[in-house]
Amino acid sequence: MDFQSCVNIKKEWDIVGARQLGRDIARKIGFGTVDQARIATAISELARNIYLYAGTGKICFEAIEDMNHKGLRIVAMDDGPGIKELSQVMEDGFSTSGGLGAGLPGVKRLMDDFDIQSEDGKGTEIKAVKWLR
Amino acid sequence: MSTLKLDLENYKELMQQYIETQDEQALYQAEQFSKHSMQQNISPEEIINVHVQSLQHLYPDMPEHIRSSLDFLLETMISYGLAYQEYQSLRERQLELKSEISVAANMQKTLLATEKPEIEGLDVGAISIPAKQMNGDYYHFVKDDSGALGVAIADVVGKGVPAALCMSMIKYSMDSFPENRMDPGVILGSLNRVVERNVDSSMFITMFYGLYNINNHTFRFSSAGHEPGYYYDSKQDYFEEIDASGLVLGVSPEATYEQCTKEVHVGDMIIMLTDGVTECRQGDRFIEEDEVLEIIKQYAHLPAQETVEHVYKHFERLQDFQLRDDFTLIILKRKV
Ligand SMILES: Nc1ncnc2c1ncn2[C@@H]1O[C@H](COP(=O)(O)OP(=O)(O)O)[C@@H](O)[C@H]1O
Ligand SMILES: [Mg+2]
Repeated sequence: MDFQSCVNIKKEWDIVGARQLGRDIARKIGFGTVDQARIATAISELARNIYLYAGTGKICFEAIEDMNHKGLRIVAMDDGPGIKELSQVMEDGFSTSGGLGAGLPGVKRLMDDFDIQSEDGKGTEIKAVKWLR
Repeated sequence: MSTLKLDLENYKELMQQYIETQDEQALYQAEQFSKHSMQQNISPEEIINVHVQSLQHLYPDMPEHIRSSLDFLLETMISYGLAYQEYQSLRERQLELKSEISVAANMQKTLLATEKPEIEGLDVGAISIPAKQMNGDYYHFVKDDSGALGVAIADVVGKGVPAALCMSMIKYSMDSFPENRMDPGVILGSLNRVVERNVDSSMFITMFYGLYNINNHTFRFSSAGHEPGYYYDSKQDYFEEIDASGLVLGVSPEATYEQCTKEVHVGDMIIMLTDGVTECRQGDRFIEEDEVLEIIKQYAHLPAQETVEHVYKHFERLQDFQLRDDFTLIILKRKV
């Protein structure tokens, strides 16, 4: 673990801050323009969900490395109401607010690894990793 | 990785060719390129990336503000790329569903199959064509020991898979009725209770049940809110509506079904149908009942099976080969 940095999400404006920090870290790790844009979009979706559904929370970034490649891990955490029907939420076409393809299934597509833990009434933690190719 | 590089080379060359010649040939190849890219699941932001890189190769001194504007464009394409991927996965899902439904439709065909009976002195024709894959209409023949022929024709209000499931249930209930108790009114009464108990209240089934007695050539029938049938008197060349009062199946457990009897003379016909026949449409115009009867008469000289097939073909053509509703037509014609 090289370093970890977080952005608190309280207001809509913080979404921009999270994107900015995420993109900077992605660039330092060596991601190209396309992947930077994808990572930023994933951050937007996660941060907007915190802002809309949990009220407050935070997004943390971590440069990671396994045996043969480097990557970026995004962790979105909140103590909000949690997501009850996870399998429904991960179905294409379920997203309520966005256009086509957005929402959590979109985040899963934009990133390489994706994992949600959510407990009813306790909060949500989403981890997503993009590997450098 | 190597294929993407190759594509980049391709793209660069094509673009250069186009910039120099403004040639339609290059544009045609651009079209091929984009189709090929879609097959490889390449999203729009990647194409823009290839474009930017090609530009940079060709024009190393590209001004910084142009470059930034292209980065901006790339960013706006990300969501389109996601929508495109979602579309792909939904399309796959739809193909899966389609093939599942066609398996189900085949199963339904086997499940609901009924054999058209061979009966001395009676000519029977029957056709049932679904508007979509699954049929919400149903007909059924039973012969009892005394030689009487029971005929059921039914229509589920509602279409597709739920209607088909519902019909399978009706068929199995009818199969379980004892063969010596085939009074139309009694049968509809029992079915009504089965439907009332087992089927969602938003689903209705109408049924016309008739019993043709071969020995004295009478037709006894009851109806559960179904389209009326017709009796064709060949001597007078006249159609008469045949109907009996009774509630649609599944509405009230206490419903009772009136039973009527009609004598059948040599050369006359009994016609049973569903509203897919009477509510055929030509453009926006509903065809009139008289028109249906007119067409039936036109083909009435043929054997009953050919009659129903010709009538179907006529209305299929009239509706530009796209049925709006399931179409079922049964004709019983007394020969001798
Ligand atoms: N952090 C969260 N806390 C609570 N509920 C959430 C959270 N993120 C998402 N959800 C729930 O999951 C649903 C789907 O989210 P998402 O896929 O982003 O689509 P959208 O936000 O467009 O509805 C949301 O409508 C919301 O009910
Ligand atoms: Mg969302």
